[in-house]
Amino acid sequence: MPSLDDLRKRITSVKSTQKITKAMKMVAAAKLRKAQENAEKGRPYSEKMNNIILNLSAGVSDPQSAPKLLVGTGKEDVHLCVVLTSDRGLCGGFNSNIIKKAKNYFEKIQKEGKSLKIITVGSKGYDQLKRQYGKSIIENISFKESKNINYFDAAKVGNLIIEKFQNEEFDFCTIFFNKFKNVISQIPQAQQIIPLENENKDKDEKLESNYEFEPDEDEILSNLLPKNISTQIFKAMLENSASEQGSRMTAMDNATRNAGDLVDKLTIQYNRSRQAAITKELIEIISGAESL
Amino acid sequence: MDQFNLEIISPEKSFLTKSDTEEVVIPAIEGYMGILKDHIPLISFLKPGIIDVRSKNETLNYYVDDGIVEFKDNTLSILTSNIFDLKEMDKNKVDKIVKDAEEGLKKENIEDHERYILDQKIEVLNSIKSN
Repeated sequence: MPSLDDLRKRITSVKSTQKITKAMKMVAAAKLRKAQENAEKGRPYSEKMNNIILNLSAGVSDPQSAPKLLVGTGKEDVHLCVVLTSDRGLCGGFNSNIIKKAKNYFEKIQKEGKSLKIITVGSKGYDQLKRQYGKSIIENISFKESKNINYFDAAKVGNLIIEKFQNEEFDFCTIFFNKFKNVISQIPQAQQIIPLENENKDKDEKLESNYEFEPDEDEILSNLLPKNISTQIFKAMLENSASEQGSRMTAMDNATRNAGDLVDKLTIQYNRSRQAAITKELIEIISGAESL
Repeated sequence: MDQFNLEIISPEKSFLTKSDTEEVVIPAIEGYMGILKDHIPLISFLKPGIIDVRSKNETLNYYVDDGIVEFKDNTLSILTSNIFDLKEMDKNKVDKIVKDAEEGLKKENIEDHERYILDQKIEVLNSIKSN
């Protein structure tokens, strides 16, 4: 049985933790609104880009001459995985969900006997993967210094990927990130970006092919595809940052509530022991008086 | 004059949307191109240059580094990651971009295509400065 003093100390400490989690929740909520806004604002660009590429690739007649970024190298030996995580912790299952998804994929690839290369973006992902897949990690990028998600950071990652692709270091590229659905649920996603996978494959959209191209299709495509990689990564980063804040908000809300429950429980225990101590003293006095 | 829609989109946000555009002149990769209503569907690239947006009441000018243009169903979409309003470009900013471009030119082993783009950039920026 803890003493009264211990209990009092514990209650104060839980209360101050509660204050911290509450503050973190508020901050996350404020940041979430901004991140969500940014994610929404960034959507038209990537959608439009996707549309243009769809229209273009519909016009490509000869798959032999098409850019490799679109159709792949023809081999399936080396897979590059880009795992996008956050730089900060205390955001619930946000990072572990991505890692879990990625690890499943890694296992699948290794079972098939293909080789694996990993680029981690964000330090949390690197921390969680380095023990098991340390040898496969070829690059670890972190944007701790950048205050906001910006396109130039995404372009840096994109250019790195393209450079490696041109050096024929890998055949497939997949990015892992959390898609922001709403505050409570974020869905870990794996998206293949090289060769390009058509996201809306099921939709039978009518494609216009009577475009005028200047210069010709092939040149536009080979210019556009590298840009699209950066755009996709930028989109993933925006989704990720909204998800991170959402996840943190939920996690901190839960933590605050748990702390509240704990304070209530401890307070009851404290009051009981205090009452028990008083009763004990009274009994001592009374029985002392009786024996006189 | 007949009007059509214009949207300029950057990765971060939708930069400009207008529905009363009458004519847009864009610095396409193979030369400046004027676009009016009912242009045939088009996809092209931009080189560094000035986008000139004319509507009934106003004329807007923007500097772009690169970008993609699509015209379809009387909507002109311009996707670009680098766009500035000419009115907001002061001399220091222009100087800085020129300096970066000149530095890029100094590098060895750059390709002809890249050299062409950088030359263009410097030329356009210098013309902005002299105005």
